[in-house]
Amino acid sequence: MNIVVCVKYVPDAQAGRGFEADHTTDRQGVDGLLSELDEYPVEEALKLAEATEGTVTVLTMGPEDAADAIKRALQMGADQGVHVCDDAIAGSDAVATSLVLAEAIRKVGDIDLVLTGLASTDGSMSVVPAMLAERLGVPQVTFASELSVEEGTVRIRRDSDVASETIEARLPAVVSVTDVINEPRYPSFKGIMAAKKKPVETWTLADLGVDASQVGLDAAWTTVESVEARPPREQGEVVTDEGQGGQALAEFLASRKFV
Amino acid sequence: MSEVLVLVDHVEGAVRKSTAELLTAARRLGEPSAVLVAAPEHADAARESLGRYGAEKVYRVEAPEVREHLVAPLVDVFANLVERTGAAAVLLPSDPDGNEVAGRLAVRTGSGVITDAVDVQPAEDGAGVRTVQSVFAGSYTVTSLVNRGTPVVTLKPNSVPVEEAGGEAAVVEEAVDVSIPEESLAARIVQRSEKQQTGRPGLTEAAIVVSGGRGTGGDFGPVEQLADALGAAVGASRAAVDAGWYPHAYQVGQTGASVSPQLYVAAGISGAIQHRAGMQTSKTIVAVNKDAEAPIFELVDFGVVGDLFTVLPQAAEEIQRRKG
Ligand SMILES: Cc1cc2nc3c(=O)[nH]c(=O)nc-3n(C[C@H](O)[C@H](O)[C@H](O)COP(=O)(O)OP(=O)(O)OC[C@H]3O[C@@H](n4cnc5c(N)ncnc54)[C@H](O)[C@@H]3O)c2cc1C
Ligand SMILES: Nc1ncnc2c1ncn2[C@@H]1O[C@H](COP(=O)(O)O)[C@@H](O)[C@H]1O
Repeated sequence: MNIVVCVKYVPDAQAGRGFEADHTTDRQGVDGLLSELDEYPVEEALKLAEATEGTVTVLTMGPEDAADAIKRALQMGADQGVHVCDDAIAGSDAVATSLVLAEAIRKVGDIDLVLTGLASTDGSMSVVPAMLAERLGVPQVTFASELSVEEGTVRIRRDSDVASETIEARLPAVVSVTDVINEPRYPSFKGIMAAKKKPVETWTLADLGVDASQVGLDAAWTTVESVEARPPREQGEVVTDEGQGGQALAEFLASRKFV
Repeated sequence: MSEVLVLVDHVEGAVRKSTAELLTAARRLGEPSAVLVAAPEHADAARESLGRYGAEKVYRVEAPEVREHLVAPLVDVFANLVERTGAAAVLLPSDPDGNEVAGRLAVRTGSGVITDAVDVQPAEDGAGVRTVQSVFAGSYTVTSLVNRGTPVVTLKPNSVPVEEAGGEAAVVEEAVDVSIPEESLAARIVQRSEKQQTGRPGLTEAAIVVSGGRGTGGDFGPVEQLADALGAAVGASRAAVDAGWYPHAYQVGQTGASVSPQLYVAAGISGAIQHRAGMQTSKTIVAVNKDAEAPIFELVDFGVVGDLFTVLPQAAEEIQRRKG
């Protein structure tokens, strides 16, 4: 089975995150890493590939540093990487991102399964997978908390607050996975050494036949007008419980009309 | 004025509060038309409350295919309605399905899309809509203009105060008969089991949420006791969910539910950035934690440094006493 895993390189959430003057996410001033939520589809792909003698290709679209995200996935055990890197891409929204990823997936070719994470830890829109399915014209099977593939059919469990559903679709399909699906492996020393010899291709927009005018900040279908840092919340009263803490809490809640 | 299409979220005909919020917001942008996907026996129940919150029209989608397949058929329905009505905008709930329909509809119709908005207003001269989002764990407020195509916006629950429309909304009903192409029926829901109802309000729409974390040590009794005294929903941190103490559906945070209630109570939760991401826009925040240095206290309007096993029951009893 041939699997493509889409992984994103994101700013570290622990570092302070912010914006550039043009209202795009600041990706220069902060350290980045493979989005933690994209380790889950990598792990799931590795398990499937191990069971079916398949290949796992990791795909990322992002600046030069995003090669780190590919490297990490290769260290975990993926076979090869594709990095779409082009100056024109900076500032792309989900619409443009899905366009580029869809073309890259087409170029990889002969794919049974596209796996993605639940959401970008920076943008967190959870829409790229659905847009990918729309663009590729294949079934969308999203938010998988369990996944199995049998005889060309993928089956997942999808949970919401009101129900738990089992969903089936024929391959090829786009499947996004949640963070409860597995426990991502840590790269082994052997994996780290092996990754150095694994092939990584770097593609530009021209390689994909995507016109620069279709991506980037200027092509965005929405316009950010302003970005304001929210004043930090002001800390209110904090009391130490010396036997009356619960009553003090109830008193506060009553004063705010919650009781 | 143009129609504004609103996707109705309901449980067996009982319209969710988030839909009332969407309809309230839609009235600012045009004439709300509710898009109701329901079995015939549930449609009637829903209609009355839709009218109350200002729906002037209800598009009834009864085709079972739409309910039995994931997302794609609903995109077909909306694409058809957008084209047919020349709608001014589409408003959807910001939940997994709503965001996905929004994304695909935007790609298909060449429209601008904003997900997880906390406000939406008409732009000047009726040229599109203006949205507000709260990003990076609530630390930034982003204002955007959406004026390409038919703006598609998903709105977070508890963002817009619900207002009844007043007067008798004459609800016109229209059955929508969209032919769903074969390829949209590719992802089929083969089995569905409803979650057991707890009797508490839904997590994302509750006015009050009381959450427990690792500090509960697995005993959610005090958390539930306080929640019930306040008529609140119960939430949990990922540490509590990962330990198997509370179901994943109740997780609050980046990879769980994002909540924005009037009051959020965090008990035995340290306040990691990923937890904050799901609750930082709550209007009032209260924490109970043994550790005075816990970062959650940076956010609070009121905090108690103490053991949740004594503080929560005492608070719950005092609240019950005051309620009489
Ligand atoms: C990609 C990613 C996504 C994540 N998504 C989420 C998410 O969606 N939601 C989420 O919550 N986390 C998420 N996390 C995990 C997050 O980083 C924290 O690990 C988690 O929130 C910690 O949960 P906690 O506060 O319950 O536990 P801890 O951090 O262990 O805190 C427990 C607290 O309880 C206090 N305590 C102990 N005993 C008592 C007592 N008897 N009375 C009162 N207080 C007591 C302690 O002082 C401590 O502050 C995510 C992490 C990653 C990497
Ligand atoms: N620039 C990107 N490169 C590769 N994959 C991406 C990129 N952006 C988003 N994705 C994939 O889409 C998923 C959902 O992202 P999002 O819709 O941005 O929340 C992520 O978990 C990734 O798998």
